[in-house]
Formats: sequence, structure tokens, C-alpha cells
Amino acid sequence: MTATTDWDPSKPILEIENLSISFFTRLREIPAVMDFSCTVMPGEAMGLVGESGCGKSTVALAVMRYLGKNGRITGGSIRFKGRDLTTMDDEALRLIRGSEIAMIYQEPMASLNPAMRIGAQLAEVPMIHEGIGREASWNLARQIVADVRLPDPDRILKAYPHQLSGGQQQRIVIAMALMSKPALLILDEPTTALDVTVEAGIVDLVKDLGRKYGTSILFISHNLGLILDVCDRLCVMYSGEAVETGAVAQVFDRMRHPYTQALFRSIPLPGADKNTHPLVSIPGNFPLPHERPPGCNFGPRCTYFQAGRCDAQKVPMVPLAGGGRHETRCLRSAEIDWDKPPVAAKAVARTPVGEVVLKMTDLRKYYEVSGGLFGGSLKKVVKANETLSFEAREGETLAIVGESGCGKSTFAKVLMGLETATSGKIMLFDQDIQDIPIEKRGTDTVSSVQMVFQNPFDTLNPSMTVGRQIIRALEIFGQGASDAERHDRMLELLDLVKLPRAFADRMPRQLSGGQKQRVGIARAFAGGARIVVADEPVSALDVSVQAAVTDLLMEIQRKNRTTLLFISHDLSIVRYLSDRVMVMYLGHVVEMGTTDQVFSPPYHPYTEALLSAVPIADTRVKKKRIVLEGDIPSAMNPPPGCPFQTRCRWKSQVPGNLCDTMMPPIRVLAGDHQIKCHLSDAVLAGMEPVIRIAAQ
Amino acid sequence: MPVFLIRRVLTMVLTALCLTFVVFYLTNLPPNLEKLAKSEASSRMSDADVESWIERNGYGRPVLVRYGEWLGITPGWTRTEDGVTTGRCIERGQDPATAPLRCGILQGDWGFSTVFKQPVSLIIAERLGATGVLMLWVMIVMVPASLLIGVLSGMREGSRLDRGLSIFSIASTATPEYVSGVVLIALFASTSTGLSPWLAEQGWISGKTLFMGTATSALDSGITFWNFGLPVMTIALYGIGYIARMTRASMTEVMTAQYIRTARLKGVSFGNVVMKHALRNALIAPFTVIMLQFPWLLNGVVIVETLFNYKGFGWTLVQAAGNNDIELLLACSVVAVFVVLMTQLISDIGYVFLNPRIRVS
Repeated sequence: MTATTDWDPSKPILEIENLSISFFTRLREIPAVMDFSCTVMPGEAMGLVGESGCGKSTVALAVMRYLGKNGRITGGSIRFKGRDLTTMDDEALRLIRGSEIAMIYQEPMASLNPAMRIGAQLAEVPMIHEGIGREASWNLARQIVADVRLPDPDRILKAYPHQLSGGQQQRIVIAMALMSKPALLILDEPTTALDVTVEAGIVDLVKDLGRKYGTSILFISHNLGLILDVCDRLCVMYSGEAVETGAVAQVFDRMRHPYTQALFRSIPLPGADKNTHPLVSIPGNFPLPHERPPGCNFGPRCTYFQAGRCDAQKVPMVPLAGGGRHETRCLRSAEIDWDKPPVAAKAVARTPVGEVVLKMTDLRKYYEVSGGLFGGSLKKVVKANETLSFEAREGETLAIVGESGCGKSTFAKVLMGLETATSGKIMLFDQDIQDIPIEKRGTDTVSSVQMVFQNPFDTLNPSMTVGRQIIRALEIFGQGASDAERHDRMLELLDLVKLPRAFADRMPRQLSGGQKQRVGIARAFAGGARIVVADEPVSALDVSVQAAVTDLLMEIQRKNRTTLLFISHDLSIVRYLSDRVMVMYLGHVVEMGTTDQVFSPPYHPYTEALLSAVPIADTRVKKKRIVLEGDIPSAMNPPPGCPFQTRCRWKSQVPGNLCDTMMPPIRVLAGDHQIKCHLSDAVLAGMEPVIRIAAQ
Repeated sequence: MPVFLIRRVLTMVLTALCLTFVVFYLTNLPPNLEKLAKSEASSRMSDADVESWIERNGYGRPVLVRYGEWLGITPGWTRTEDGVTTGRCIERGQDPATAPLRCGILQGDWGFSTVFKQPVSLIIAERLGATGVLMLWVMIVMVPASLLIGVLSGMREGSRLDRGLSIFSIASTATPEYVSGVVLIALFASTSTGLSPWLAEQGWISGKTLFMGTATSALDSGITFWNFGLPVMTIALYGIGYIARMTRASMTEVMTAQYIRTARLKGVSFGNVVMKHALRNALIAPFTVIMLQFPWLLNGVVIVETLFNYKGFGWTLVQAAGNNDIELLLACSVVAVFVVLMTQLISDIGYVFLNPRIRVS
């Protein structure tokens, strides 16, 4: 509003030049960002991509000049509308924060004040920056809340953050950022904590609002597919440096840095397949900030590495011949044959599936939730699983897909015996186990059904060495006759998960996320598990590590003919590795079939929406955009009739009010493809594929 | 909310019954009764006399029955000997026919104190009132001071202000009242040592000392800064450090929360971040601690009241316990139990108001 008159709108809105940021600890200075440059033009959306720890969030916070006590900008400049932010005093910064640059954060729940009403938190912004009254601010807040497409703004303004769903909270954070019509919006992983269908809605909203208000966007994400959806330009970061920058189409189709290339090859794009086109993982680990190699940071993990050259000097950012501000930080960018297909990792034959090892029939799991603080008389029933029926065969990968709250974790708990079923049957091998809690199960049963957990950081005992934890599992499973035997078996297990044997003596804190997950896998297989439930085993890991861990799971599965129940919300990875897919919504299985059947029409309307919501990092892919309105209904109070009817876009195609009144039957289509839907065969047959790959 | 309150009150009653029964049982153990008999009748009684005294005065029956009588739910005992009817509910010289059937605390009859020779209810009301005044002033001093210290040191963790205030609060909470009380008396209330002689010499104080070393006069001639300053300070000092540490811990945690970052990056000034965004969230934890201070004060006050010779509830408790005054001791314990349970109830309800995430249905 003030002091911006001398700024010319044709100039960049944000110019970062040779920015270096360090964190100072008692021991040493840790450089977090080195020599980072980027430019954002008015109305442009710039993406920052990289794995955790690469410094992308640090750049965002540096733009806000909010680096905490230890962080300091050690070099370079950040110019916003021509004014250098690095030399600005607190008072001047305060006037810019929230009014001209606004930020949207990763965890919406944590970013909203839990003890303040939404309206007060929103209205605060114009009251500070525009000096308008309380009444007018609340009116403006009401207007913006309607703008971010939230229903019933008056109720929302009076609510506390915890009364809203995750998606609604994130819309409020966005509304808060837009209260003063900022010129630059910084989004730091805004959808990481949200479900895919909610994410799709948020991404659409951000794009529309950016267009409507002409706001420039700095979009930080580890998800290349999202960047493709949202951004015009992007900057790939690795270990504190920008390694490649350019227009989205340039970088996606003509990448000129080995890291960018490796990143694309390690994510499952349509066409990747675990047997014929396996993923190529990036070898090695991300360097710690104080252990960066000399020369090129990516050198040690790079397939094009030349000793004596790549590690001889600091590599500068160089512009590429193609123009369009496409730059790379690679000495060999002109020499490498970028179109050469990756060294094909060995293709493997499809594993034949064997006998049925697990059979669930009409499984139900209800929870009773008491009303009051002291167990009042009002009991509510949460129907977590409803009429779940399926079979899993030996050596098969069955993926269970659905958004949070769909009952996929409850199902895993019932199978593991952490909960007992309300009704229905679970046949494991030839034994009914639905009513036997885990403490009453025999060692055989326990060791043959094991689990790999989502978060490897919390599931290892922090005060026990890796080897000890595996040996402990062996003891519990009754493996090995003596301690020496168990120790040998433990070393073999480390070999199995491709960890060096020396890791046996390490503590979990000395391991990276991927290594911890490998320990988790070793522990699960310690008793010769025949069924492994993998609950989002790679979602907490970085992209480059995900491929390696996934491949490891596949390899062990092939070797041991394990049945893998792969629980995930990430459809890309599900398509890549599973043989069959089961889609769940509100405790019901809405669709089940082979991977090909589920990923191509006819779809269940929910599967269709889910597929359309997954961002795919491939410029050739054309997707139909289907955004689901509203939130998942509460499992405590499910809608009558079809569980999906409140959000279904095909509802009008069903005659009468069948969807509102009757639970659809399970229909078996060709090839044992099951769909729980009222749509007529003709309508189902007429569905178009959501994802099309344009001809090259 | 009403359902919640009813349930809480029922729990309170049940807890009170259990606790008072324990106290009743312990104070009515045979050696105590023997002592009571000797102090009431004659200290040179023979064992047989003691036996018959206990029997005659209704102490010989089962504990549960006597507990019921004390509560006022079972009829009081009566005994006819030589044509004279005596009983629990029959006062001396009263016609047994007009005496009430039951007389216990439910009927408002708290018994008769053997030490003070007065009805217990009178003593308790008077002494509790005196202590209430003391506690009120302690709270008035302690709560704002400790919250201020806690918030100031917690808002910028590791700053010089934080270090300084933290040292003060740790030191004050590590000093028990019987130490700080004595130190404070020596410093401020002595005519020969400490600050008072110097201040008097300078002519800045009219009396001989800055504070008075005893608070007895507060009861007779009203509370003044002069006679009440030291006891209040002694109790408050300990609490200040404790609550300030709690507030500081809670404040530092809140200040690192992401919503504080959100507020800062909205352009809210630091002062407003602390006042509007951090304070309410930071008060949730210390609030419970402050409420827990009430029962603690009731007990802690024993030392201070004895030290400063202030005849309040703590002093009465000491007298009752020291002189085997069973009825008074029981009444004291009932009051203590009631205060503890009440403050917990208040703290639970207040918690709901501070923290919108908690709802009682």
C-alpha cells in the first residue's frame, strides 16, 4: 500500500539473488541454503521442489525473514517489489508480513490458534494492516470465507479450529492469507497433511484465487505432480542448492540435471510396472548439511559422476541453450545423452499366485463411543467396517485404498488381532481367528501375520540397538535354538533387507528414515511371516527412498511368496505394485478387482474421483478433473442408502431415489470385477477413462 | 453441563464419605479414647474406670454405628442409669423427651470442642474466616505476580530476563516457609538486625520495624500492611516460584507453536502475539496448578500461622491434634476435604472455559 509506488509491475515481484542461509549451533555453522537464486514475476506461480532437508522451507521462511534465533542470512539479497528484505527492520517487516506477503502452512490444525474463534483470527489481519473497524473486518472475513468455498460462513466464523475438518481448516488458512490481498503467496506443502480428494479441491482453489487476484505464488512441495498442476515455473533443490530451474514444461520434458532425472525415474508414473518396468531408485543417502561432498553435492549418488571433475570445484548454475531461463547446476549437461532410457533394471516374471491364505466373510467392526466425559448413557456407534468380504492368495499383493477414515486401518487391526471383529469371519490358512485377540493367538499365528508400519521414526524402540530389536522379535516368535543362532539369523535378516551387518550395533537415531523402515521390514519378516500388512509403508519417506523400499518389499515377497496387504492412499504406487485393488469408502468395499480393472473404466464413481484427484508428474497425461464437494460423512452418522451418495456426481443417472434409500448390492462384472453401485450397465459401460496418455 | 455437575457432586460426596470415615476411624482408635477419658474425667483413673467412662459416654459401640451418629443418619445413643437418661443428643439438664432423635453434622451439630470448650461449628467458622482472609491476600499477591513473572520469562526463552526471573523463581520455590519466614522476620521485623534499624534511622518508617513479626493484632484491630505483610509474603513467595515455573514452561511451549508463527507472519506485533494469541493457551496448564494451591495453602498455612501466631485454621488444626480434640479434628478434616474437592470441581469447570477443545456434555 505504501512505498510501493516506485515499483514497476513489469519487474519481478520477488528476486532472490545468491542467497545463503546458515543455522548456528554451539558446535558449528550449518549451511542450510547456498547460493540460491530465483525470480518470481507478477502473477506467476513458482514451484520449489526437493526432498525433506533440501532447504526449500528455509528459503520460504527467509523470504518472510522468520528464521528463528539460530538462523541467519549470510549472503545475497531478497528483493520484494524492489526493496531488499534482508536489511529491513522489524517494524517495516511487520507491515509487509500478512499484507503483502502471506504464507500458507503444512499443518492447518497447528497453524490456527486453538483458543480463538476463526472469525477473530481472520478479522485480525485487516484490523492490523488496514486499520478498519471490527465490524467491517468481520464482514470482510465473511466474504473471504465464502470466496474459499466454505459453506455457511457465519457458523464457520463463530467456530473454533478443532470444530472444522482438515480441508476446511486449510481453506481457513488460505482465507487468512488472502484477507489483505497479498501480492505474493507462499505455500509450504499446503496439502501434505490432507487426503487426495481434499488436496484436489485445495489445489483448484489456489489456482483460481491466484488467477482472480493476480497473486504471485511460491509453491513448495515434494510432489512433482502437484507442481505440474499448479506452477508455471519450478526450481529443483538438492541439499541446499538449486540444481535446475526453468519453465515446468522444460524441466519435465527436457530435464538437464541428473538429480531431476533420477527423481522422475524413481516415482511411479503411469506405464511403470513392478515386473516389466521397475522403478530406478537413487543409490545412497541424502548428505547431512555438514557432510556435503566437495564439488557437486549430488556427485556421490550420480550415475554420470566423473572423478576429478565433478568433485574438483564448486559447480555454478549455467543457463542452457534452449533459452526460457532454463538453468542447470551440472558441468556435464551438454555431454550427457539425456534421452537414453535408464539402464533397465532386470525385468522379472510375474509371480504366480497360489492358494487362498486369507479369507474374510462379511466382516464388521463397530465401535461404541460413549457420549459424556464419564461414559454417559448416550452411546454412539461408529461403523468402521461393514460387510467386508475378500480373499487373498499366496504371493499376491492386494492393495487397500481409501481416504482417511474409510476403515482401512481398522481392518488391519482386526486382522492382526489388536481388535476383535463384531461379526463375520476371518479364515487365516484354515483357522477362524476373528474372535481371538492377539494375546491369545499362538506364536505361529502371530509370527505368520506381521505388520510394517507407516512411521518408521516412532515404531523402533529408541533405546535398543537395531540388532537387539530384531533378536527380540526372533525370541518372541520362538525362532532359533540358542542366542548364537538367533544372532546369525538376525545378520541374515539384515542381509535380506540390504543393510550392512555393522548396523546391528547401531541405535535407531543413527539411521535415516529409509534405513529405519528396512529394520521395520526385517522385524516383520523375522518369524517367516506369510502375510504382511504394510500400512502406508513408504508415505513417510522421501521420494528417492520410496522406490528402494518398495522394491525391497517386492523382492522379499517374490522370494518368500508372501501375501502382501498394501494399505495406501497413494494410487500411483498402488498401480505400480499391486495385483489386485480394493477401494474402500466409509467402511464399505465399493470396488474390487485386478489393478487393470480398477484403473480403467467402468469405475465406481468414488474410484473415478480418487483417480482424477491424484496428481501425476507427467506432461503427457491428460486428466479429467473431478472435484468432490464437501467432506467425508462421519462414520458415526453415515448417510442412508449408498454411503457415497452425498458426493456422487453420477447420482442423477440413477432412476428414482434409489441411492438415497437403498444400499447398492455388490455387482460382479466381467472378470470378477466387483462394484457396489446402482448405476445401470449401460451407464457403467459408457464411462470414459480418467487418465489418458497423449500420443507422443 | 447439569448432568456433569450432578455426577461430579455425587463423586464428591462419595469421596468425602470415604475420607471422613478414614479420619473418624483413626481419631477414634482405643488409645485416643483412653486419653480422652483421662483428660475429660481424671488423669488418675484406673483402667476399669476408663472402660466404664468410655462405655457411659457412648464411645464403646462399633465404629460404624458411631460414624453414623456423627454423620446424623443413625439415632444418637441414649442410656438410662439410675432413672437419669443421658444421650448423645441430650444436653445437660434437657428433658430427654424434647431432645432430637439424631444429631450429627447433617443436623448442623458438629459436636463440642474439648480444648476450647465451645461448639465446634463456632470455632471452625471463626478460624476458617481468619484463614480465608489470609488466603485471599496471598492469592491477590501470588497469582498476578507469578503469572507476570512466568509470562515475561517464557515469552523469550533463554533471554537475560528469562534467566534472571528463572533464578528468582527457582530460589523462592526451593525455600520452605519455615526458612523464608524466619529470614523475612530477621530482615524486616527485627529492631536490631536487617533493614528496619537502618530505615528507622533514616526516618523513613514511623515505627521501629518495617513489618511486625506477629500477626495476632490483625485479628483484633484489623489488617494492616504492617501486621499482615510478612505472613502473606512468606506464603506467597513459595507459591510464586512454583506457579511462575509452570507458567514459564507452558508459555515457552506455546511460543514455539505454529500458530504463533502464523500470527507473527500475519504481521501481529510481538506484544499482541503474547497478549492475544499466547496468553490464553499458556494459562491452561497453570490454571490447574493454581487451583491445586488452595488445598495446599490450607495445609501450608499451619506453619505460617504458628510462626506468626495468627489464630486461624492451621493453628486450630495444630491445637486440635495436639490436644486430642476428636470432634474438632474431625471437623477440620471435613473442611479440608471439602475445600480440596470444591477447588478441583472449579478447576475442571474453568478448564472447559479456557480450552475450547474440551467440552463437557
